[in-house]
Amino acid sequence: MRRTRQLLAIVLALGMAALATVPAGAQTVVGVTATEIKIGNTNPYSGPASAYGTIGKVIGAYFKKVNDEGGVNGRKINYISYDDSYSPPKTVEMVRKLVEQDQVAALFQTLGTPPNSAIHKYMNQQKVPHLFVATGATKWNDPQNFPWTMGYQPNYQTEGRVYASHVLKNHPNAKIGILYQNDDYGKDYLKGFEDGLGEANKKMIVMRQSYEVTDPTIDSQIVNLKNSGANVFFNITIPKFAVQAIKKAHDIGWKPVHYLNNVSSSLATVLKPAGLEASKDLITALYMKEVTDPQWRNDKGFTDWVAFMKKYYPEGALDDQSNAFGYNVAILMTQVLKQCGNDLSRENIMKQAANLKNFELPLLLPGIKVNTSPTDHAPIEQEQLARFNGEKWDLFGELFEAFRKN
Amino acid sequence: MSASRLPRVAGLLALVLIACALPFVMSNFRLFQFSQVYIYAIAILGLNMLTGYNGQFSLGHGAFYAIGAYVSAIMMDRWNIGYGWTIPVAGVLCLIVGFLFGLPALRLEGLYLALATFSLALAVPQILKYFEHWTGGSQGIVLSKPNAPFGLKLNPDQWLYYLTLGILILLFWLGANLLKGRIGRAIVAIRDNHIAAEAMGINTALYKSLVFGVSAAYTGVAGALSASVIAYVAPDSFNVFLSVTLLIGSVIGGLASISGAVFGALFIQFVPNWAQDISKAAPWAIFGVFLIGFMYLMPFGIAGGIRLLWIRATRSRVQQEGRSAVPTQAHTTT
Amino acid sequence: MDIFVQQVVSGLATGGIYASLALALVMIYQATDVVNFAQGELAMFATYICWTFLNAGFPYWVAFLSTLAIAFVGGVVIERVLIRPVENAPILTIVMVTLGLLVICNSVAGWIWTYVQKPFPSPFPERPFKAGNIVLGAHDLGEIQVTLLVLLCIYLFFRFTPLGLAMRAAAHNPVSSRLVGIRVGWMLALGWGLAAVFGAVAGMMVAPVLTLEPNLMGGVQIYAFAAATLGGFTSPGGAVLGGFIVGVVENLVGTYVHFIGTELKFTVALAMIIVVLLVRPAGLFGSTVVKRV
Repeated sequence: MRRTRQLLAIVLALGMAALATVPAGAQTVVGVTATEIKIGNTNPYSGPASAYGTIGKVIGAYFKKVNDEGGVNGRKINYISYDDSYSPPKTVEMVRKLVEQDQVAALFQTLGTPPNSAIHKYMNQQKVPHLFVATGATKWNDPQNFPWTMGYQPNYQTEGRVYASHVLKNHPNAKIGILYQNDDYGKDYLKGFEDGLGEANKKMIVMRQSYEVTDPTIDSQIVNLKNSGANVFFNITIPKFAVQAIKKAHDIGWKPVHYLNNVSSSLATVLKPAGLEASKDLITALYMKEVTDPQWRNDKGFTDWVAFMKKYYPEGALDDQSNAFGYNVAILMTQVLKQCGNDLSRENIMKQAANLKNFELPLLLPGIKVNTSPTDHAPIEQEQLARFNGEKWDLFGELFEAFRKN
Repeated sequence: MSASRLPRVAGLLALVLIACALPFVMSNFRLFQFSQVYIYAIAILGLNMLTGYNGQFSLGHGAFYAIGAYVSAIMMDRWNIGYGWTIPVAGVLCLIVGFLFGLPALRLEGLYLALATFSLALAVPQILKYFEHWTGGSQGIVLSKPNAPFGLKLNPDQWLYYLTLGILILLFWLGANLLKGRIGRAIVAIRDNHIAAEAMGINTALYKSLVFGVSAAYTGVAGALSASVIAYVAPDSFNVFLSVTLLIGSVIGGLASISGAVFGALFIQFVPNWAQDISKAAPWAIFGVFLIGFMYLMPFGIAGGIRLLWIRATRSRVQQEGRSAVPTQAHTTT
Repeated sequence: MDIFVQQVVSGLATGGIYASLALALVMIYQATDVVNFAQGELAMFATYICWTFLNAGFPYWVAFLSTLAIAFVGGVVIERVLIRPVENAPILTIVMVTLGLLVICNSVAGWIWTYVQKPFPSPFPERPFKAGNIVLGAHDLGEIQVTLLVLLCIYLFFRFTPLGLAMRAAAHNPVSSRLVGIRVGWMLALGWGLAAVFGAVAGMMVAPVLTLEPNLMGGVQIYAFAAATLGGFTSPGGAVLGGFIVGVVENLVGTYVHFIGTELKFTVALAMIIVVLLVRPAGLFGSTVVKRV
């Protein structure tokens, strides 16, 4: 008797749990009501990539500001962001939750190449806007095969090509050494650089050294690179290791032409700790205003951002470029929603995202504008080279326009 | 069937029936989550066999999970072999790898064995990235979810749910038979008193290596299933944290216990999500609190806790446990 | 030849980092028979506390010593409050508790201090040492010296002080120790306290090189485990030597074995350790425990 009752209890409990997961009722436009729009996101708030979690937070802060000022066309943004710890299986689970359970209108700024690769097919099968993904990989700009996915930042391969063409023009007989992070980010930059050099010039590369994110130091790699006789150095490292690389190169007296990837171009987190003297003459490609660079101190875009941070995200660091990055892309998303007017169907959100013309964002470099079209799902494709003069990044040369293959 | 076993068997059958009925009431998303639970349960049962029943600590089972997943992915992606065939292949391959790893591991004790397996888990992402041509490197391999065979009216999520459930039941049944028979007793005897077991004529070296192999095979099958359920494999999915998570599931569920594998799987699948719901600011801190709390309340895992409650309820003799390596629970499992 | 020496020197510097945390791991293991998976995170937490003092304007050595004191108290409290309830539980249960502590520390540190990396000062001078073509950072050299100093202190403490003897007795034979009047529970707590202090030292030595962030010690702890495994968990000197060996071998493999290069050098280091374990199952300098049947 007792056992039967126990079994009955289990059945009832399971049944209730199952019923609780059935969605309440279908809405005419998914994720949208008369008063709110649901936008979904996954970010690594924990785990090895947790430094980027602040992007998810600053976006939330910006949407709060938008809501405080009345929302978009009368609707508040309901921003739902889950932690995926940069683990693709978790990303799949959280994204399915957002799409199938939370019924969001669109996903935006999901972070990381492996996490986004895991949900790439799913988002397009489900026909949910997969917008402004936070990765520099090239494959998000493929509207023919993946019409619902759109990138955002200039991709890493483009940046690699930019440096390669500069080397070919200015140092045609160079011996090149490369330090790269052994993952998709590092390898993407590497590919772009090598492709930019071309088959004939690939032999200019005399040494490649890699490192893992879990490695404590990269001193030994720098020593090897110096020893290879390289006089041009392409430094593909995240801030933590960029500091070490710049410092060690300086310490051992190695002074190559030093190209530093955009990811580590921050004055406060990289150049100052590495030493401003040691960082002189570093070259990078920028598309954003670097927020610890004194030349933007009185720029309106910058001061607006600082005011926003102080009011809505006071615990966020004012020297973290990620906070500027998130602010910019949140503004872009709001613009897309504004352009939708009253039609917030997923189709229209996608249509408007692919309909951005010369849109300016406050923290992009002057002259760089956002452009998308049904055949161009790469919103930002321009970059500018800059050289560090010991105090700030001196922009020079012309704006590089990216060129797409196929 | 004896009188005392009938209710237990009936109870199990009822659970299986309920599990089979769930796809008709649950959303696809929940089915996906439960498929994951079943996959973890298979992996954890493998780990339980090795660490719980046989006393060999492994902090590296994520490696076998990764091998299974990649074997399946490469077979599907490169050679267009159906996902169904990849599962036994992954199992057999992991059996061999596990056995080969188990041989030298015979020399290592407790902590050092744990650290040697830990090293294995650590090496996996680097090795996967190195053999880029096969594994797709850091980019990983994107796969497709299989459709239900024989034209069954099931969507991929429902089909995968039934597939993982079916394999779970099969492997658990096989495991139970193995662990409750002579072999199981030999395995536990080796754990409890290595030298006495040897003296009794048990070939400890052979058994220990075999258990390593079988344990790896189970976890490899789980990995192969996960390749189809997630439809994507990448080195980032198989870092050392996976091995730690499997061990957590194993201990929380109950080490020398078959049902413990399911409890452990439920814990590692759902508790991190609950922790996120409780606190956005520091979700893993909440998870840590849950972890520590569970260990305080139930030092022998959930299965152990249930068993203790049962014993107290029926007023059986309560065993005194000293501070031994693993609990001696071989006789009580479901 | 120059490059060989330079890589060895760099390897010793990196190895010093591994060795310093390995010492803390071995310390706890020797005192309590438990491997503390949270050691690295506790060290990171202590380093953040030091950073907070420095940020508030305290001079370096005041902040350093205050942090050590806080770390000691913290270690003792954690042992008494968190570990004591599961003292007699199976060993894996205790491991679970340390894992729980690990995630709590990491998560709370990220919550309090955010995940932005912060520069951390070094007490050693800026200019590197140069001997011919060989360069060694002053901080690297200082750090190696601190590690060896800590090792010496541990050796002297355990060998020549009554308290050290009491701790060793409590770890080896709790029952007999109690009979002789040793407060075994407090000896365990003391062990955790000391290990926390050594961990804090490791953290504060490592942070200037690696920059301070919540995931500071994650990679280092893995290497520290490798070092302690290689050297033997029962030998502090072995752990330090193990750290140096791992650092040097990794660098040399990365430099000279071209088909492996840098992409597999960590794997090679791990493989090396496993090979050593097969020959000496308790590590190079560890002692195997002989059990009476």
